Amino acid sequence: MSLRPDLALVAELVPAGSRVLDLGCGSGALLAHLIAAGGCRGTGVEIDPEAVVEAIGLGVPLIELDIDTQLDEFADASYDVVVLSRTIQTVHRQVDVLTQMARIGSRLIVSAPNFGWWRHRLRLLRGRMPVSKDLPHAWYDTPNLRFTTLLELEELFARLGLKVEQRIPLSPTGEPLKVTGSLANLAAGAAVYVLKG
Amino acid sequence: MGHQVPDAGSVGIVSTATATLFSVENPLRMSNGADLGPVDVAYETYGELNEARDNAIFICHALTGDAHAAGFHEGATRPGWWDNLIGPGKPLDTERYFVICPNLIGGCQGSTGPSSINPETGRAYGLEFPVLMMRDLVAVHRALLAHLGVDRLLAAIGGSLGGMQVLQWALDYPQDVANAIVIAASSRLTAQNIAFSAVARRAIMTDPQFSQGEYAANGVSPETGLSIARMMAHITYLSEDALTEKFGRQAHPAVDEPGLGVHFAVESYLDHQGKSFVERFDALSYLYLTRVMDYFDPFAEHEALARVTEHPVRWLVISFDTDWRFGTEHSRRIVRRLEHAGQPVSFREITSPWGHDSFLLEIPDYHATLRSYLQRAQLEVRS
Repeated sequence: MSLRPDLALVAELVPAGSRVLDLGCGSGALLAHLIAAGGCRGTGVEIDPEAVVEAIGLGVPLIELDIDTQLDEFADASYDVVVLSRTIQTVHRQVDVLTQMARIGSRLIVSAPNFGWWRHRLRLLRGRMPVSKDLPHAWYDTPNLRFTTLLELEELFARLGLKVEQRIPLSPTGEPLKVTGSLANLAAGAAVYVLKG
Repeated sequence: MGHQVPDAGSVGIVSTATATLFSVENPLRMSNGADLGPVDVAYETYGELNEARDNAIFICHALTGDAHAAGFHEGATRPGWWDNLIGPGKPLDTERYFVICPNLIGGCQGSTGPSSINPETGRAYGLEFPVLMMRDLVAVHRALLAHLGVDRLLAAIGGSLGGMQVLQWALDYPQDVANAIVIAASSRLTAQNIAFSAVARRAIMTDPQFSQGEYAANGVSPETGLSIARMMAHITYLSEDALTEKFGRQAHPAVDEPGLGVHFAVESYLDHQGKSFVERFDALSYLYLTRVMDYFDPFAEHEALARVTEHPVRWLVISFDTDWRFGTEHSRRIVRRLEHAGQPVSFREITSPWGHDSFLLEIPDYHATLRSYLQRAQLEVRS
């Protein structure tokens, strides 16, 4: 089973044998891969019923709960790695979610789309909301609730005392970009962060 | 002719078998130290045990269930109580799995219970029947497995009191059970839960015909008390919305003048539930089996999770969002305990308007979850 490129990239950041909590795990592809190929154990969290049934069919332990309000169910320091993959823009309480992640695990992997990407900025200049292959939804039917640029996301990490150990800016098609510093906020369609609480 | 041809997907005509699992010479040693023998267990099986003996699924029934979970008894018009789940092509697919369902010890549908004859006295046990704990139910299940030549279950599954047996079993003997499926259950009753049971038991025990539990010898039964217990319990099995949708404030039977008799449809429904229940259920079984639930608190024990930590079981815990008998919080507690102990546990809260009874109903999302989970479980056991 081949893993979606953005998930393959996340998988590489998870040390073999880790206990992994994947928040917003969808149909469980990442965890299924980590369990089968990485010797990991783990739990997925998802709320979409169809994705949940699919993940259960892949043999992924999956707990149905609301990431915004119910992460209290997990104990302190109970996972090695906590993943929030392309989900941070779909929750209501980013501060609570990131704080809880840091409580539950020591290594956090967060990926997020970048609304500060230059093409998005051009669309805004033309008076239109950002829409791209990566963010294909019109403003009125998007599952995304909170929009951020990489710059402001990193400011939030800093405010919460989360140290960025690694940042991988991605092209709109999901390939890692060789850009550094503040240029990433212009050049990257998304980014993956490895954080330490 | 009341006889109905079984639908496609039915296991067809079935019959209940009985096994004598313990005897006077080789009694069941119970949790409270008492010995009980003989112990007969009524059970049914569906599908075939495969050569590798790794496709068995054990069903633990709830408070008032019995061994007849699927298919039709000869001449019957109604199928077993979990027929929507068990059969060819159904989630518990009898083309794939060997399904076992016994009547509980302490019950009254063919297994030894308080209305059975005590060999020491030649009369029904009555209140001399030993108090049952969840572990006693599990001990008898294990004896049945040995009798059937099954060492390890693909899965044990149960709803309500059935789920509690599964939980106790997997915690105590994780090597027996590859997958434990715990539905609409609880690991510890709340004061409200116990309160409902207390009123039910009081209704039975204060019925003048109860006679200190020796009613059978007098050829009577505390039917009034038992039917009131059932009426009240039945209210807790359904959500308020379900009762509203089923009955609203409809009058039934139609009465011209206000009075104190049965006037509303919901009253006549409960009346019927109570009356039909006393025809199939024994008051002493009701007392003993409700008490099993009251005392159940497996996580309170020291090292409760030690065995399962050494031999992990895969768990599936399911609740229903309108269940107020054992609501989602009960299931979440089970999930928390297991997940904190590092067990591979899956949990779903299924949306259903029907309350606690949902576990018996054909709810697509619920059945899809069980189907998907069991198919995967079978793949893993084989690999």
